[in-house]
Amino acid sequence: MAELTYREAVADAIAQEMERDDKVVFLGEDIAKAGGVFKTTVGLYDKFGPDRVRDTPISEQAILGAAMGAAMTGLRPIAEIMFSDFFAVCWDIVVNQIAKTRYMTGGQVTMPLVIRSANGGGVRFGAQHSQSIENWAMMIPGLKVIAPSTPADVKGLLAASIRDPDPVIFFEQKSLYGDKGEIPDGEHVDELGTAKVVRDGTDAVIYALAAMVPRSIKAAERLEADLGIRVSVVDVRSLVPLDTRTIFSEFRKSGRAFTVEENPRLCGWGAELSSLITEECFWDMDLPVTRITTPHIPLAAADNLEDRMIPSVDRIYETVRAGLD
Amino acid sequence: MTSSGADTNFSNEQMLGFYRDMLRIRRVEEQLGKDSLAGNLPGAVHLYIGQEAVGVGICSQLRDDDWIASNHRGHGHFLAKGGDTKLLVAEVYGRKTGICRGHGGSMHVADFSKGIIGANGIVGAGISITTGAAWAAQLDGNGAVGVAFFGDGAANQGVLCEALNVSTLWKLPVIFVCENNGFSEFSPYSTVTSGSIADRAKPYGAAHETIDGNDLIEVWQCAARAIRRARDGKGPTLIEARTYRHSGHVVGEHTFLSGTYRSEEEVEQKKAGDPIPAFAKRILEAGQASQADLDRIDAEITAEVAEAVAFAEESPYPDPADQGAGYMFA
Ligand SMILES: Cc1ncc(C[n+]2csc(CCOP(=O)(O)OP(=O)(O)O)c2C)c(N)n1
Ligand SMILES: [Mg+2]
Repeated sequence: MAELTYREAVADAIAQEMERDDKVVFLGEDIAKAGGVFKTTVGLYDKFGPDRVRDTPISEQAILGAAMGAAMTGLRPIAEIMFSDFFAVCWDIVVNQIAKTRYMTGGQVTMPLVIRSANGGGVRFGAQHSQSIENWAMMIPGLKVIAPSTPADVKGLLAASIRDPDPVIFFEQKSLYGDKGEIPDGEHVDELGTAKVVRDGTDAVIYALAAMVPRSIKAAERLEADLGIRVSVVDVRSLVPLDTRTIFSEFRKSGRAFTVEENPRLCGWGAELSSLITEECFWDMDLPVTRITTPHIPLAAADNLEDRMIPSVDRIYETVRAGLD
Repeated sequence: MTSSGADTNFSNEQMLGFYRDMLRIRRVEEQLGKDSLAGNLPGAVHLYIGQEAVGVGICSQLRDDDWIASNHRGHGHFLAKGGDTKLLVAEVYGRKTGICRGHGGSMHVADFSKGIIGANGIVGAGISITTGAAWAAQLDGNGAVGVAFFGDGAANQGVLCEALNVSTLWKLPVIFVCENNGFSEFSPYSTVTSGSIADRAKPYGAAHETIDGNDLIEVWQCAARAIRRARDGKGPTLIEARTYRHSGHVVGEHTFLSGTYRSEEEVEQKKAGDPIPAFAKRILEAGQASQADLDRIDAEITAEVAEAVAFAEESPYPDPADQGAGYMFA
């Protein structure tokens, strides 16, 4: 087992897949020679050359249009949108083109492409460089949506996304880039559409995604240490497809659920989970599902404000404690 | 740049082929216009009537593995690139037997087996997508080119700048064909567009030509140069083909428009530049065919259209039970 950072796992996954399949190409702004503004793609240009690892102009519509055109005509492109906030500049290509073309053509075409993007806050970049937009992507029919929380999952899920025949929006959480973790030796490919129970517990369950996973685990550990409350934590990992089997079975153990999400409260993925649980597990419910979210407000740059907005270990701990009281 | 006008290079057969391809589009569009007005078609229908020489002049020299993307006015491009009349008509009728199983409709006809990436409901979207298809072709080294058809209105989308820049930089085998038909919906060119569209290629160092889009031979010759440039690895060409939209922006627009946005006189005067009779005249004057030959072609096309309509009318609607996620995900 090698230890890699979350950011190193990105390049590791891309390299693994580019070595395996020469149809895999990679494009984006400053991803090649500069190795990415988050240093996530260091070494790929040297290894695979300018035909397959390509710096682009600051032209998000052209980047995603090119990725789409190439995906439909034989390549398996990976495109980077530097900050997920910038999806707003090229959202047409994602929503109206990439997501819909297979359906609109009666299934004539497959769209094997991955759009990677740095998502989320915690780095004081302010409201246009800190949003968590996984809920935007989740609500569009035709997209798969992945957001890993560990280096091993980055590698395994990114590899799986690249091999997948459908368009995948792959969110890398900025605040996790420096996290270290063990990565299985050799080829590592995970499975989309699978959630993971990362901590066992019988008193309640927390569903979390990306940066909210380590915070939820910490909160759960403290709840057990301080109060003897045993809370399980499910890393949702894949919003589309959503692993409802794991989500429901974990819920049924306690009938008490909390969701912890970094995206803003309105129409966040937690609302969808809450609704699904209510519809499917109503007779197993002991408490209403409680959502712990970033408020419905643009993110601030100031440290103290941003820290208050994004769910913290303290807020998760306190909300679960009060909820189970 | 002007063409040499050397139509004598084309055999009689080729000339009649061009004529047939243009007339097929015309007759299909006349039929669909009638059907739409009668309320027999789902959604909005945008007719290509008057612009046939552009689609045919270019697509007639593309291979099946060359890619085209087009816009909301895409029936003509579909047919010109070899798309099947029946499959088109059934699609516009919203039937299961349509090329996209009725999922697409008029604004989304596509046939990947013919290199038709698709019409598009989003003005300007095909521009960047074609750039990607051209990129894939370049990496593949298969010599294929991508052609994006779009209107003068679409030329005002910023993505054209993005695509011109990147395709010139990467020397992509792509051709941007702006069909300047004088209108962006109901806004005349001069009210929404400044300068010349072809000139927009200049700052990028991309090749560009302005041509008479109603002259099939001129279109053909210009396209031949652009395709050669693309296949030779010399990068993109922006072609501005000046033409005119005989029909309204959308079938039935008179039912909701409060005023008129172009005069009867203008329309009549512009219709005199109709590419199809002009081409027929050229064939006849060059002695490359007789009026009887042209009439026979018209009769054959008319029968083809009638057959396509019958096929569509007899076809079932898409089965709501057959709406599995398989159409969304592979
Ligand atoms: C992004 C976008 N904006 C607006 C529209 C509405 N719309 C449809 S066609 C059209 C005019 C397009 O004009 P042009 O590109 O010249 O094509 P033409 O209709 O003349 O063939 C507009 C504004 C649209 N479909 N997509
Ligand atoms: Mg126009």
